[in-house]
Amino acid sequence: MIIEIGYIGYFLLLLGLMNCMLLLTPKFVSGLNVSSNILLSASKLHFPILLISFICLVITFVGEDYSLDYVAKNSNSNLPLIYKISAAWAGHEGSMLLWCVVSSFWMFLASIFSEDLHKSLRINFLATMGLLNLGFLLFVVATSNPFDRTMNVPIDGSDLNPLLQDFGLIVHPPMLYMGYVGLSVVFSFAIACCFESDFKKEWAQWIRPWILASWSFLTLGIALGSWWAYYELGWGGWWFWDPVENASFMPWLMSTALLHSVIATGEKGMFKSWTILLSIFTFSLSLLGTFLVRSGILISVHSFASDPTRGIFILLMLLALIGGGLIIYSMNSKKFVDDNEVTLFSKEGFFLLNNILLVTATFTILLGTMYPLFLDVLGLEKISVGVPYYNAVFIPLMIPLMLFVGYIPILLARNSKNSQLIQLVVILILSIILSLTFSVNSILFFIGIFSATWIIVNILYDVFFSLDNKIKLKNRMGMYFAHFGLAIFILGASISENNKIEKEFVLNVGESKTIGLFEYKLEKLSELKSVNYDAIIASVLVSKDNQFITEINPEKRLYHSSESPMTEAGIHGRIDRDLYVSLGNMIDDNKWSLRIYDKPFIRFIWIGTIFMIIGSIFSIRFKKKSS
Amino acid sequence: MKKRSVRIYYVSFLLVILGFVLFLFVKTFNDNLLYYRSPTQLVDGNFPENYIFRIGGMVEEGSLVRVKGTKKVRFFVTDFDNKMLIKYDGILPDLFREGQGVVIRGHVEQDYFVAEEVLAKHDETYMPPEVQESLGISEKSKNKTTQSIKQ
Repeated sequence: MIIEIGYIGYFLLLLGLMNCMLLLTPKFVSGLNVSSNILLSASKLHFPILLISFICLVITFVGEDYSLDYVAKNSNSNLPLIYKISAAWAGHEGSMLLWCVVSSFWMFLASIFSEDLHKSLRINFLATMGLLNLGFLLFVVATSNPFDRTMNVPIDGSDLNPLLQDFGLIVHPPMLYMGYVGLSVVFSFAIACCFESDFKKEWAQWIRPWILASWSFLTLGIALGSWWAYYELGWGGWWFWDPVENASFMPWLMSTALLHSVIATGEKGMFKSWTILLSIFTFSLSLLGTFLVRSGILISVHSFASDPTRGIFILLMLLALIGGGLIIYSMNSKKFVDDNEVTLFSKEGFFLLNNILLVTATFTILLGTMYPLFLDVLGLEKISVGVPYYNAVFIPLMIPLMLFVGYIPILLARNSKNSQLIQLVVILILSIILSLTFSVNSILFFIGIFSATWIIVNILYDVFFSLDNKIKLKNRMGMYFAHFGLAIFILGASISENNKIEKEFVLNVGESKTIGLFEYKLEKLSELKSVNYDAIIASVLVSKDNQFITEINPEKRLYHSSESPMTEAGIHGRIDRDLYVSLGNMIDDNKWSLRIYDKPFIRFIWIGTIFMIIGSIFSIRFKKKSS
Repeated sequence: MKKRSVRIYYVSFLLVILGFVLFLFVKTFNDNLLYYRSPTQLVDGNFPENYIFRIGGMVEEGSLVRVKGTKKVRFFVTDFDNKMLIKYDGILPDLFREGQGVVIRGHVEQDYFVAEEVLAKHDETYMPPEVQESLGISEKSKNKTTQSIKQ
């Protein structure tokens, strides 16, 4: 019974492939729009086909069909049900199938919601999406088929990587993929616009919610990944400038630039050509990210098993995409004439500055990520680029951007010089008070705190003085939420980096140690036997001035099937401070090395991203109503 | 006329930003390149003390020694041609084991290597590409059987 389901899943994959070709037939074979009905129905049908195929894969996991190579390598009969399900997208093949499902889902939405576009635009738009879907699906069927059978069926599967047995993993990849692939909608739309005689303002308004939606998913995906790395890797860091992280951060920066430039295109008909180019680049970067992660050429904490043919396939697709996209763009870019010229002290002028800074930042990260790869491919040297490079290059580019972000409310309100001066003084005093409270000792963190206060106070000031103007507030709500989130994020990053305490030391059972404000006592060690792992659980009592505060329970787990140990950090999290304890190595029977981290306000980092996403959702809602 | 002056404004702003970034890039990029060396290259070449780079290879079987009661450890990293003594005062990663691949960041002191960071492979089947390659090189030169690696 279960065996048949694997075949059904594979059959549906092939059916999806046929469907994609069918979708493209009217466009590319006949060259005419003989029947756009075929295209429209095929673009809607693709999603259910792939979704059922993916559900078949999940069923084979739950039903433990180890005759499928992919299931045998990524699951185990002892695995809790929830991880059996999530294992379906934990490995390469399944996650690529998920990518295809997500891609078909976006095409489904695009097909439904594009009824108001005129015919030729809509058909070119959906045909481009269909072409992308065909490429992705071809990749899965040709190089990464999760339904492949294995000759020697194992009695039991070899288990899911313990690092991935976690809630973070269940939600992180689907969210990230929703973001990555959502940008393919934007890409396809930009390509379709190239075939039109102009890039109309209404079209820019039409595509903006799609950009915002993909951006929200991308933000959520990256934030979840960072959160997962923070508590799961046991190192207590939230961003490592790891190539795989960079791979997701580059499209994020580019799409942030895009969602600003598209406003100017939609409202004033400016930056038309640039918005289209940016759309092409943004999606290219998200494909590049996939290539980097999936080809296995990266040296990273996330490294996945590699297979050169997969890398070459994605590389070819990437070249076709960027090359094709840029050729179509360059042949048509002259058509796009802006309706208005830009002036510096205007919203659009600021968007331009924003775009310059964000794109520059993206390219500095791109260089740092790609340069070692080029040297490696040429066989010259094996190098990696250290974290200080990114900090030294990226942060100085972001400082002016943050100042511009904070200036936006003043620019819009056109306050008098006097009130601007008062605002500036209030902000300076506030940020000095904050800096003194957190004993900030470097100019960089002061700038961080200053720019966060600068953004927040200016927003509050403008909100306060436009309380009577509901429409204005409503229009700006999305922006204010997103920018407020950014400020919260900067505040969290600055204070937690400035005030963090990170210590590693050895403790006997019963011994205690004071770090920062708190005393940590290794009370006892106990053993626990779970379904698929054994664990040693430490009980660390935290007290302050002899007042008991909390008990933290870091674990060291040994998974049965793979025999790989895993550190499970114990975190006492409050809004203003995380106390983070993880077990290191056993020194003697009752003696362990421990990592103890004290991270004030680190939660602001993720709270900030939540505000950004809320802001983005506001923008999607209100823009739709007004148009 | 006005249009042009605005354009010049932007172009010069762009150039200033680009120049600034280029300067930062060249300066910090060179300062932060971490080179990778195998134990053999390390024995052959001279390295200034305090020069930070990465070394990779296999943790030699039976070479791991803990300094009693502390988190200090010593072990040898080998590419089956040459080996290098590593000293580390810190927490070893979960997947650190004798006979398996590691990449270590640190610097040379006298005749040993002081580790600042030890990275072990991320999962059972993964081996850092550099380690694989440096093992491959010495394999060819000495015609070692692959068996010793696969242990």
